[in-house]
Amino acid sequence: MILQQLANASGPSGREEAVRQVVIEAIRDHVDSYQVDGLGNCIALKRGAAPAADGRSRRVMVSAHMDEVALMIVQITGEGLLRFRKIGGIDDRVLPSKRVLVGEKRVPGVIGCKPLHLLHDAEFGQVAASDDLYIDIGASSAAAAERLVQRGDYAVFDTPYEPWPQARLVKGKAFDDRAGCAVLVELLRGDPYPFDLYGVFTVQEEVGLRGARVAAYAVDPDAAIALEGTICDDMPKKKDISSTTVLGQGPSITIMDRSMIADRRLVQLLIDTAQAEGIPYQFKQPLMGSTDSGTIHLAREGVPTTVVSIPSRYIHSPVTLLSLDDLENTVKLMRAALIKLADLEL
Amino acid sequence: MKALIQELVEAYGPSGHEGTVRNLIRRHVEPLCDEVRVDAMGNLIALKRGDGSGRRVMLAAHMDEIGVIVSHVDEKGFLRFGTVGGVRPTQVLGTRVLFGNGQQGTIGQEQPASPDEKPSFDKMFIDVGAPNKEALTVGVGDVACFQRPFADLGQRLMSKAMDDRIGCAVLVQALRDLKPSPHDVYFVFTVQEEVGLRGAVTSAYGVAPEVGIALDVTIAADTPEAAHMNMALGKGPCIKVKDGGMLAHPGVKNLMVATAQRLGIPYQLEVLLGGTTDAMAMQTSQAGVAAGTISVATRYVHSPSEMVDYDDVLNSVKLLVGILSAPIVL
Repeated sequence: MILQQLANASGPSGREEAVRQVVIEAIRDHVDSYQVDGLGNCIALKRGAAPAADGRSRRVMVSAHMDEVALMIVQITGEGLLRFRKIGGIDDRVLPSKRVLVGEKRVPGVIGCKPLHLLHDAEFGQVAASDDLYIDIGASSAAAAERLVQRGDYAVFDTPYEPWPQARLVKGKAFDDRAGCAVLVELLRGDPYPFDLYGVFTVQEEVGLRGARVAAYAVDPDAAIALEGTICDDMPKKKDISSTTVLGQGPSITIMDRSMIADRRLVQLLIDTAQAEGIPYQFKQPLMGSTDSGTIHLAREGVPTTVVSIPSRYIHSPVTLLSLDDLENTVKLMRAALIKLADLEL
Repeated sequence: MKALIQELVEAYGPSGHEGTVRNLIRRHVEPLCDEVRVDAMGNLIALKRGDGSGRRVMLAAHMDEIGVIVSHVDEKGFLRFGTVGGVRPTQVLGTRVLFGNGQQGTIGQEQPASPDEKPSFDKMFIDVGAPNKEALTVGVGDVACFQRPFADLGQRLMSKAMDDRIGCAVLVQALRDLKPSPHDVYFVFTVQEEVGLRGAVTSAYGVAPEVGIALDVTIAADTPEAAHMNMALGKGPCIKVKDGGMLAHPGVKNLMVATAQRLGIPYQLEVLLGGTTDAMAMQTSQAGVAAGTISVATRYVHSPSEMVDYDDVLNSVKLLVGILSAPIVL
């Protein structure tokens, strides 16, 4: 499964090369061309089965972002400890006592956490601010640390991919959005579509949808769908309120999030396709999160856009869980919907 | 012009659902323009050609209004919701909402833990009077606007969605009143302004104007203990100097002032402390656009009872027509 390689690769925002290499190896024999643009987006073109009568084939952009939330080393202390800042949205609660890999040499480290024996009364129940935390790579001095790590190096969570076959679940890091990348790879490896499909693996989504902005400008698509690993909050609740998405209940379709109001024709196409093919689907709770679609739909004169997401528990933390059923159903739904998209009036 | 205003403000049109408003406006502008088109985002773009001697001017007024979107349906058929655009919790309790399919409802809240608890959206719900979940005609993702009829108070007009149907009405009336102009004027009725100027971003890219003017409302601070700003009802169109998102192009601002003075139209300079308009999106489009805004001072902006002064509206039309009828030198 390509998801394993994708999730295990390091791809902090701004340094997505390792993920991009996995992507390129997986798709190069299945696309007509691919290029890496100035920001590092990988834009692959899979030409349509037959060119349109007017000579200009419809262009459809399907995107997934390669980058993941991470940490950046900002200071090496005299004791050889690494001070860091967060790259992308990470909650301070998830950081202490986690394993990380630092820099291109993938130096193992842990985020230090004071044992409870040493806490003052006032510290009980408090979350340590990330600015006060440090990564410990076992170096005994600044000089020892600097032999392994430089300021500006990134650290990513060290969470190897692991199948949980009894539940058809998988555990790993960065399913936001390596799950989307895995689906997009599958879409590109299949038969051609009745239009030119641009599979775009974007950079720097987690720091402000930056890669998608320039990629959409370059591709200038007629319609776009962003693929995401999205919030899933399906634990029992005290009140009858939304779970955002539910694990195992199928791909989720976005109607509106904080960055975009989806094109209703695309939403309806996805619903109709899911119903016709007997694929389970769900709506993502409106207004939760933002995705690459936020910049894609505003490219040039505007692009009809929506998002299809794979529910992922505990995103933006060191460990995420997703359902292989959801992943496979997302591929099925997207394949079938893309074929019908050729005839959609836009 | 009051009939036009009433027709526009009473129409259903939350962000992303501007179709009804667009169809109404299209009927009015199509016979008066050389070209009309709708772009991928849903912006209505109507071009009235000039004689070739003038500028390429984009006028923008947004069709969308604030509203609410269903985020969850509970087992009893109550609807949890999020906001579309800048809706405040203090404004919505007890108000009625209207969905695109005609379904009406009201907004209720959970029992507050204490009498002085501040209202918050996560403790509110929409009740459409459904006896059970199965009887609902609306669900997750459906969008409603606030429901409140137009009221003609004589000199003052009051309704939901004055923001920015009043700007749309000014554009339609200006198009009616405009004699042949030297300029190619694009009357653009934009979508999704309330969620981040999104329609203006794409339409400005498509139109690629030299000069951009937004028509929108601004906050009237002439009510008891209001914010420290000067805009007031009845003192004329507001000529924007600055708001929370842009500095108006000085040439555009000065042109507006000079035109008002030349035609004897009352005006007020506007420095708005927060918020912005489609002009911000136009200003930074492509290689940059000289942009400004004419605003109609409005009380209770983003409430279901927004109030404007009718003379301000008529004078905004006059000012705009005056600008479009003469050469534009910046």
